[in-house]
Amino acid sequence: MAAALRLEGLRKTYRNGHVALDGITMTVPEGDFFALLGPNGAGKSTTIGILASLVVKTGGKAWIFGHDIDTDFARARRHLGLVPQEFNFNVWEPVVEILINQAGYYGIPRRRAATRAEELLHRLGLWGKRNQQARNLSGGMKRRLMIARSLVHDPRLLILDEPTAGVDIELRRSMWDFLREINAQGTTIILTTHYLEEAEALCRHIAIIDRGRLIENTALDRLLERLHQETFVLYLREAAEDLPDLAGLRLRRVDARTLEVEVPREAGLNRLFAALDDAGVQVLSMRNKANRLEEVFMSLVGRELDERPATKDTA
Amino acid sequence: MNARERWIAYWTLVLRETLRFLRIWIQTVVPPMVTTALYFVIFGNLIGERVGPMAGHPYRDFIVPGLIMMSVITNSYANVVSSFFGAKYQRHVEEMLVAPVPHYVILGGYVTGGILRGLVVGLAVTAVAAVFAEVRVHAGWVLVAMAVLTAGLFSIGGFINAVFARNFDDISLIPTFVLTPLTYLGGVFYSIDLLPPFWRELSLFNPILYMVDAFRYGMLGVHDSPLWASFVIVLTAGTALWVLALSLLRRGVGLRS
Repeated sequence: MAAALRLEGLRKTYRNGHVALDGITMTVPEGDFFALLGPNGAGKSTTIGILASLVVKTGGKAWIFGHDIDTDFARARRHLGLVPQEFNFNVWEPVVEILINQAGYYGIPRRRAATRAEELLHRLGLWGKRNQQARNLSGGMKRRLMIARSLVHDPRLLILDEPTAGVDIELRRSMWDFLREINAQGTTIILTTHYLEEAEALCRHIAIIDRGRLIENTALDRLLERLHQETFVLYLREAAEDLPDLAGLRLRRVDARTLEVEVPREAGLNRLFAALDDAGVQVLSMRNKANRLEEVFMSLVGRELDERPATKDTA
Repeated sequence: MNARERWIAYWTLVLRETLRFLRIWIQTVVPPMVTTALYFVIFGNLIGERVGPMAGHPYRDFIVPGLIMMSVITNSYANVVSSFFGAKYQRHVEEMLVAPVPHYVILGGYVTGGILRGLVVGLAVTAVAAVFAEVRVHAGWVLVAMAVLTAGLFSIGGFINAVFARNFDDISLIPTFVLTPLTYLGGVFYSIDLLPPFWRELSLFNPILYMVDAFRYGMLGVHDSPLWASFVIVLTAGTALWVLALSLLRRGVGLRS
């Protein structure tokens, strides 16, 4: 299968000397739903900026569907749709005009652009707002407008930089459905997100960037196989006086009626519940303390997604 | 992009820019009309009666070409500087940068938008002038050519200003401290023959003088400097600024990090 995106030794050093990317090499296969993860300042947005020609790279090469972004930039850009992290449309323009103008920049005739805009606005639930100035849209609508705009020229590769940041749960789920749908129709999707639940729910491959370096690039299943233990939170019916001693399981009291237990992947939960039952401890409910991908991420990167690095990213 | 696609991208930009200033006509078209009416009431009628004829024409008729040209210059410049800086500020300039639009198409689209606003305002000001003075046409082609070329030159100037601008103060510095003084001292209200020799010689370094002068020739048939000099100056300056603006766009100055 052809590569939708290929990066080879991608580097970016800003004028202040900050190294944002330190030789990223990776490939995203065509048709994939791919997550690019990393803490703030890791280099995700810089990578996207380079592909979108908004950031000038200082080394390396990049190809979008085989088209070099330096020497064959017009074809490379034609295949790329971008949903940036921050709103970047003209807030004074009517919604439908934003889409039609964007299509025009790709050389799509106005009539065809209007038809495509109508189709996308219907699909993303914005048709009723088509004549309103973009500034009057809610935050969620603005996000959907950016997705619609990025698709107006039918790109084969769609890159979304934290598309669901600040979006309520219901809307996030409907955006997930929409992204799954266009991915099923053949659009390759690369997603950066701070919600690892989102990456786990949507993506088949995961790459993790940290301090400008690629530290992982593999299938989600393989990544999750590395999960050695999971932490569960147990909610009890009554306060438990004595806790059973369970070899191999670490049981910790959070408060009188809440326990946390670390369970090795191979141990399973039966022994835990049997021991609790024997000790007369009644469990009302339980939940996984952290998202599975988050635990792997923490073990690889050593810090949380929104923890800032020591050096300042000027991207 | 093939030629047809580039053409579509260009017209998209021109249409967007034109709709932008027409949508806010109360801010873009009306103020120069009001200002021009005031100029005619004060300078044309009240003071002009005492000044007497200039270059063989009643004073109020003499100032018509200069006032029209002043509107063309300030509006073409203002259109591009505010629109392109706004695009940078709101970051919707990225819509064009991520698309395969060639740089010269982006520049051409903005400059055409600036020219159109300059001409629309110029026509509106001419309509106001016709109420107060006699609007004549001596050489129509000179009028049209000089208005279009001057609007184009200052549109490119506005574009370059916007590329370098980092805040809203930066987009008002050049119009306030460079354009306005040069325009007022560019023979809008007087013939440079009236100036003492030193100031007359100094005025010859003011490029706006030649544009106003050629435009005045197009309307009234009188001029202070040779017609060819006006065209050479505006074409040379326009070409130089176009090359500079294109180079700034290519290098991504103020646009790419």
